[in-house]
Amino acid sequence: MGAMGGRISRDDVAYVAGLARLELSEDELELFTGQLAAVLDHAADVEALDTEGVVPTAHPLPLVNVLRDDVVRPGLDRDEILGAAPAVEEQRFRVPPVLGELP
Amino acid sequence: MGERPNLAATEIAAAVRAGERRAADVVDEHLAVIRERDGEIHAFLTLMDEHARSAAEGIDRRVAAGEDPGPLAGVPVALKDNLCTRGVPTTCSSRILEHWRPPYDATVVSRLVAAGAVPIGKTNLDEFAMGSSTENSAFGPTRNPHDTGRVPGGSSGGSAAAVAAGFAPLGLGSDTGGSIRQPAGLCGVVGVKPTYGMVSRYGLVAFASSLDQIGPLAPTVADAAALLEVIAGHDPLDSTSIPGPAPALRASLDQGVDGLRVGVITELLGEGIAPDVRARVEAAADALAAAGAKVEEASVPAVGFGLSAYYLIAPAEASSNLARYDGVRYGLRVEAPTTGAMNVATRTAGFGPEVKRRIMMGSFVLSSGYYDAYYGKAQKVRTLIIRDFAAAYETFDLLVCPTTPTTAFPLGAKVSDPLAMYLSDVCTIPSNLSGDPAISVPFGRGDDGLPVGVQVLAPALGEAPMFRAAAVLEHAMAGAAGEGPSR
Repeated sequence: MGAMGGRISRDDVAYVAGLARLELSEDELELFTGQLAAVLDHAADVEALDTEGVVPTAHPLPLVNVLRDDVVRPGLDRDEILGAAPAVEEQRFRVPPVLGELP
Repeated sequence: MGERPNLAATEIAAAVRAGERRAADVVDEHLAVIRERDGEIHAFLTLMDEHARSAAEGIDRRVAAGEDPGPLAGVPVALKDNLCTRGVPTTCSSRILEHWRPPYDATVVSRLVAAGAVPIGKTNLDEFAMGSSTENSAFGPTRNPHDTGRVPGGSSGGSAAAVAAGFAPLGLGSDTGGSIRQPAGLCGVVGVKPTYGMVSRYGLVAFASSLDQIGPLAPTVADAAALLEVIAGHDPLDSTSIPGPAPALRASLDQGVDGLRVGVITELLGEGIAPDVRARVEAAADALAAAGAKVEEASVPAVGFGLSAYYLIAPAEASSNLARYDGVRYGLRVEAPTTGAMNVATRTAGFGPEVKRRIMMGSFVLSSGYYDAYYGKAQKVRTLIIRDFAAAYETFDLLVCPTTPTTAFPLGAKVSDPLAMYLSDVCTIPSNLSGDPAISVPFGRGDDGLPVGVQVLAPALGEAPMFRAAAVLEHAMAGAAGEGPSR
């Protein structure tokens, strides 16, 4: 795909779904491929704009390195935070095994 | 629309502070209206009736004790359900947060309460604020109080409908690409997107962090100003909060627009804008001219590319922000043998189709090989839009354009065509990209009898003249109708 040449393919959508940790059915793959392609086709109109030498804007405010005084403040309540978790053990967030299958 | 407890927010607050009305009665009256009609409208996801009653009784006790509970004493406020409320469900209209109760209040919520306002409920939205009709809610759509066959707009459709239906005198929304102003326009109420950074985003569930801004929905310009005065001002908990106090808006509200230079954006009056909407914008320009403003055509060439830039930038930021929903610390978890599989199962079950589309779009435009062509290009277009606005503001103090291309559309009309839905934000998106403030004011009706909103845009921190122009338009409409501003 050159600048914004070729259309987004079904394989692209499947690849991106993997990156985004989403599982799509065959029907969803089909539907989303068409819908994303339509939006990207519309967005291709920005190619007509000359942006040579234009600095990109990531944020509307020129703020950098916003610091606060290094003073101790109350944090959020640990029990309240853990109370919202799907699973907890020994005051920690409990998750299934990170690597491989269950032993 | 008739039988509502029809006082303006500032009138309610004055009466409560003076001890002439009880806050508890104000809350009960509004809860009664909600119970009577919200079955039909579905503006609320969660009613905070117990909280509201007990808060109102507290306010009444303070008044009885001779204390002043604050400038919004006893005024019920409808909160968009992406604003965190401690211990009260905050769903973002998503299955993934369906049962989540935040451990803290958003700064805007704390400030409302400190000003004596009474949160009365959490309102429906498009899931994670992604949408323009409030149909992308996991809990069903909201309907437009002016015509229940039509959408209220979105994504703050619940708050806009709540204000339009008289369920609450004030509402809070969030605006990433028009999500306050567009539903305000379609529901016939006032909606404001303040300057980026004027209102703290602490406790606003993030969608696109460089674009998101919280703002008021209200029946009148003065009420919107009163609400913004309470929620604005620096917050150390938001590193993108602008240093400095909240602006004083109400003091200068009636000073008019005599001598101000107002530009009507030609690029947003052409193709795609319905003739009846265009006619209302022209009438608004005439009203400002009649009030002494110097009105001319203005050109902001790059705004025509705003929609394209937005639908590359906003999904990119969303794909990053929504990576946090992984089933580990809060929200939904769908169990699976490994953490990786659990992440996928949770996100697949928890997110609706529009959220998935935007996450995928964002992941795609940020992915290796496409970043420069899409995301990088869009960021440069954002710079061009900022430049073009800056150039226009060398000639003009304020700019005027439609809020939406058409009046409210029927439910279901655009759900299967995301691009058509996105196009309804074409007039509101440029202000999010530039970070500048904008207000939508009801300015009459379209050929179908439904409300039309007109936008007034100002340069960053130009809220005061922007509100003055909005007040002039409101006054002109009241004069034309021979009655008070439509509530």
